[in-house]
Amino acid sequence: MEEKKAPSGRWKTVVILLLICVIIAIFPLAFLKDSEFGGADGAAEEAITQIDPEYEAWASPVLEPPGGETESLLFCLQAAVGSGIFFYCFGVLRERHRKEKNA
Amino acid sequence: MTKGQRKLIIVSCAFALGFGIIPTANAMHIMEGYLPLSYAIGWGVVCVPFLLAGLFSIKKTVSEHRKTLMILAMVGAYAFVLSSLKIPSVTGSSSHPTGTGLGAILFGPCAMSVLGIIVLLFQAVLLAHGGLTTLGANTFSMAIAGPFVAWGVFKLVSRFRCPKPAAVFLASCLGSLFTYCVTSVQLGVAHPGEAGVAAATLEFLGIFAVTQIPLAIIEGILTAVVIMGLETYAKSELTELGYFKKGAV
Repeated sequence: MEEKKAPSGRWKTVVILLLICVIIAIFPLAFLKDSEFGGADGAAEEAITQIDPEYEAWASPVLEPPGGETESLLFCLQAAVGSGIFFYCFGVLRERHRKEKNA
Repeated sequence: MTKGQRKLIIVSCAFALGFGIIPTANAMHIMEGYLPLSYAIGWGVVCVPFLLAGLFSIKKTVSEHRKTLMILAMVGAYAFVLSSLKIPSVTGSSSHPTGTGLGAILFGPCAMSVLGIIVLLFQAVLLAHGGLTTLGANTFSMAIAGPFVAWGVFKLVSRFRCPKPAAVFLASCLGSLFTYCVTSVQLGVAHPGEAGVAAATLEFLGIFAVTQIPLAIIEGILTAVVIMGLETYAKSELTELGYFKKGAV
């Protein structure tokens, strides 16, 4: 009994924890209506211009994505490649664990 | 670590110190071109000893514990995913988690600096996020300072009777937050304006650190969940990495 209870309890904890993450992320979206949620680095650029009006960025990115669409594609790729590797390994580990348990 | 490796690290340390007082700057990765040249070079040099130590430490871990290679790939992939997720925050701006806490806890902070710089290079070259001139500063904040805090907090909290996932939560949360505090200091030092370094730093802290608070909590929770999964399915690897040792350094 004890053995069976433990894994399901763990799943519950995981689901609750992930839900908390989602709520934290959604909260600002729901309560700050008039914001576009630009990057904090953009905000810092503005701050630098304010503090140091004469400062000019002396380098520009080597490859700048032509637009928002391409940029989001690249960010998606980054996430997809990362999670692909991560969950492939996780699957391998889980299957190994299952086999060991049955052996 | 062999004698030659130790020598290399010492020499690079000397170089880093030779560059004198550490210049600073960074933000949700400091933007390309937004650090004066001297700071850009200074931060880069400071990173070198950590990167060397990291390369040697990864080499040692992987050759001694072949099995852990897969876990290394996982913590790298984890940082890759998390740093691509721009999440809205209470300040009305977005930022992204760093994902470096997990690797720092399992493989040590130096190893994470190597994985971190790979992520930063990818973003700087392909995504115009961060930049090559600010790579040194960004590496210092995200791949060195953050991981060292995460690792230190984890070791410290592990000494007390605290469930491991809770220690992991605290460690990765504070590591993520600290990354952006360092960024703010780096920018404040490089752009003091008329108000001075302290006031400028405070302004950047208001932008980066406050934005990061909710994201740091999210990162802490996610990292704790991942550790819970690894504790179940990769117990032998974690044992080899010394994860279960109590308060060992």
